[in-house]
Amino acid sequence: MFLGFFLALRQAGVKASLREFLTLQQAMQAGLAGFDAEHFYFLARATLVKDERLLDKFDQVFAAHFKGVLGPAPSGPEAVEVHELPAEWLRALAEKLLTEAEKAEIEALGGFEALMETLRQRLAEQQGRHQGGSKWIGTAGTSPFGAQGYNPEGVRIGQEQSRHRRAVKLWDQRAFKNLAGDAELGTRNLQIALRRLRRFAREGAAQTLDLPGTIGATARNAGYLDLHLVPERHNAVKLLLLLDIGGSMDDHITLCAQLFTAVRSEFKHLKHLYFHNCPYERLFTDARMRPQDAIATHDVLHTYDHNWKLVIVGDAAMSPYELISPGGAVSYWNEESGQTWLGRLLAGFPKSVWLNPVPERHWVYAQTTRLISEQMEGRMFPLTLEGLDGATRTLAR
Amino acid sequence: MRFEGTRNFVATEDLKVAVNAAVALERPLLIKGEPGTGKTVLAQEIAEALGRDLIAWHIKSTTKAQQGLYEYDAVARLRDSQLGDARVHDISNYIIKGKLWEAFEADTAPVLLIDEIDKADIEFPNDLLLELDRMEFHVYETSQTIRARQRPIIVITSNNEKELPDAFLRRCFFHYIKFPDRETMQRIVDVHYPGISHMLVHEALTSFFTLRDLPGLKKRPSTSEFLDWLKLLLAEEIGPEILRETNAAKLIPPLHGALLKTEQDVHLFERVAFLARRG
Repeated sequence: MFLGFFLALRQAGVKASLREFLTLQQAMQAGLAGFDAEHFYFLARATLVKDERLLDKFDQVFAAHFKGVLGPAPSGPEAVEVHELPAEWLRALAEKLLTEAEKAEIEALGGFEALMETLRQRLAEQQGRHQGGSKWIGTAGTSPFGAQGYNPEGVRIGQEQSRHRRAVKLWDQRAFKNLAGDAELGTRNLQIALRRLRRFAREGAAQTLDLPGTIGATARNAGYLDLHLVPERHNAVKLLLLLDIGGSMDDHITLCAQLFTAVRSEFKHLKHLYFHNCPYERLFTDARMRPQDAIATHDVLHTYDHNWKLVIVGDAAMSPYELISPGGAVSYWNEESGQTWLGRLLAGFPKSVWLNPVPERHWVYAQTTRLISEQMEGRMFPLTLEGLDGATRTLAR
Repeated sequence: MRFEGTRNFVATEDLKVAVNAAVALERPLLIKGEPGTGKTVLAQEIAEALGRDLIAWHIKSTTKAQQGLYEYDAVARLRDSQLGDARVHDISNYIIKGKLWEAFEADTAPVLLIDEIDKADIEFPNDLLLELDRMEFHVYETSQTIRARQRPIIVITSNNEKELPDAFLRRCFFHYIKFPDRETMQRIVDVHYPGISHMLVHEALTSFFTLRDLPGLKKRPSTSEFLDWLKLLLAEEIGPEILRETNAAKLIPPLHGALLKTEQDVHLFERVAFLARRG
C-alpha cells in the first residue's frame, strides 16, 4: 500500500525509513485516517517527516503522486478533464468575466447559447489538457474556450479558482516553503549550526568539585572524605576565520556580519583576518586593510598550528588572473599566484572549508568559483543552514 | 478515546490527527514550532481532554537521561553510614525515582511531557531510545526491572536548538505547529476571552499581523504574547477606536511592550511608523 509514494519520497530526499513506513501501515489499519484524504495526508506527514525543513518537499511529492487520485486537481486547465460542466455555472462564470462589449461580440459566434453548445461539444471531443492551438480548450490559445487566451469571444475556464470552488488543497498550498533548509539564516540559527564544532576539554586550573572522583576516592579511603577537583570544561576548538571584504562581497555584508557575530560568541579561540578577493602573501588584521595592518601569510601559517580549523568566507568570484597568475592582485604586486597561496593555506590547515554566500546554483557561472571549488576538493559550502551543517560536519570529522 | 481539542485549546485538524495517531499506536509525539504557539500547553490539554494525569519533565542543559529513570543518592548513603543510621543497609532507600519511573508506575497511563528536549546534551535522546521504545529499564543497584504497567502518552517538545538523532526521530510521530492564520487566531481569542468585543479583536488582529509582517524584526511576537497584549488592552480599557486610529496613522500600537521584546525592534517599528506617517 502506497509503496510507490514511499519510494518517491525517498527519491525526493525525504529519507523516511522502513520502520516509519510500517508505522504508517499500522496507523492505516487502526483506521486512524478514516476515509478522508486530508486525514491521510496529515497522518502520512506526521509519520514520515521528522524535520520541518522537509515538509515542503513532502507536500510537493504528495501533490505530484496523488494528483488526480484524490479528486480533481485544483488549478485551472485541468478542470476540462471533467466532462459534465453545468451550463448555468458556465453562464455565471462567463457573465462574471466578460464585459458588456465582449458579450456583444459573443453574438458573432451565434449567441451565448450557441457558444455554450459548442463548448459542450468540444469538451466531449477533447480527451486531455491542451495548450496553444486554435480549436481545443486549453491554455494560451486563440480558441474561444480556455484560459489565458486572446479571443475576445473566449470563455475563461478555471485559472484562479477550481471547478468546485474549493480552496486549494492543503498539500498544494506549500505552507512550509519558508522552512525549507536552503533558506538563509539568522544569528541564532547560525549559532546553533556552529554548536556541532564544540569540542569540550578540561584545561587550566582544577576548580570544580569532581563528585564521582570524590565518591570513588572516599570509598577507597574507607569512608573518610577525600576531595578531588577537576578543571572546568571549555570549548577547545580553535578557529581561524578569513573574511573576504569589499568589491563583490558588499552584497553579502548582512549575512557575513551575522556569521561573524555568531562565530565570535561561540568560540573562545578565534582569530579572524581579512583579505580582498583572494588570499596572497599578506593578510590583514583590520577590515580597512591598511599596510600597517598587514601580517605575512607565512607568519600566520607558522603561528597557528594544524589543530586550528580554517574557515574562509568569500564569494570566490574574481577575474581569473587574480587567482592563477603572479601579479594578478588588484591592490598590489604579488610574486606568486593566489592559487599557490591558497594551496599553502590548505596544506597548513588540513581541516578547512570555504563558505560561499552566493547561492550554489550560481557557482557554475564564475570560472574562479569552479577553480577554487576544485582546489577545495568539494569543501566549498553555501552560506545557508544546510551548507553550514555540511561545513561543520567536514570540520568536525 | 479521541482528542478533539478542549474548551481552552484550539487544535487544528492536522494536530488532532497527529495526537490521535500517537495515542492509538502508543508512540511518542514530537512537537516543534515557533516559541509561543502552545507546544507545552498541548500536553496539559491532552491530559485534561483524556482525563489523565500530567507528569512534566522539564529539561535543562544539565539534565541527564538517567535522572528521568532514577538517581542513586550516594552522598546521603555515605553520610548515613558515617552517622550509623540503620537505613544504610537497604540500598533502595537511596534510589530516587525519576519522572519516567513515576509515569511507568501509574495506575492509569498518564501523559508524560518531556519539555524542550533540545536543551539537553546532544546525546540525551539517544540515551532514552530503549526506555521509550520498550517502556522498561533496569535498576542496577537493586537489580530490578521497571516495566510500564500501561504505556504512557509521551509528548516531547523541541525548540530546534539541536538536531535530534535519526534513530530517535524514527520512533516518534512528528508535528510542526504552524503559526496560526487569522481565522484560527480568531478562534483562539474566542476561547480565551469569550465575551470580548468583536471590533476590538478585529482591530487588534490587524495591528498584530501588520506588526508580524514587518520585515527585519528580530523576534516576531507569538500567539501567547498576543493574548497577553489583548488582556492588557482589556485591563486598560482601550477601545477599538484607539487601535484603529493608530492603524490609520501607522503609529506604534499602545502597550507595545507586550509584543516587542527587544529595543532594536521597537526602534525599527518607530522608524517604519515615522516613514509611513510622512509618506
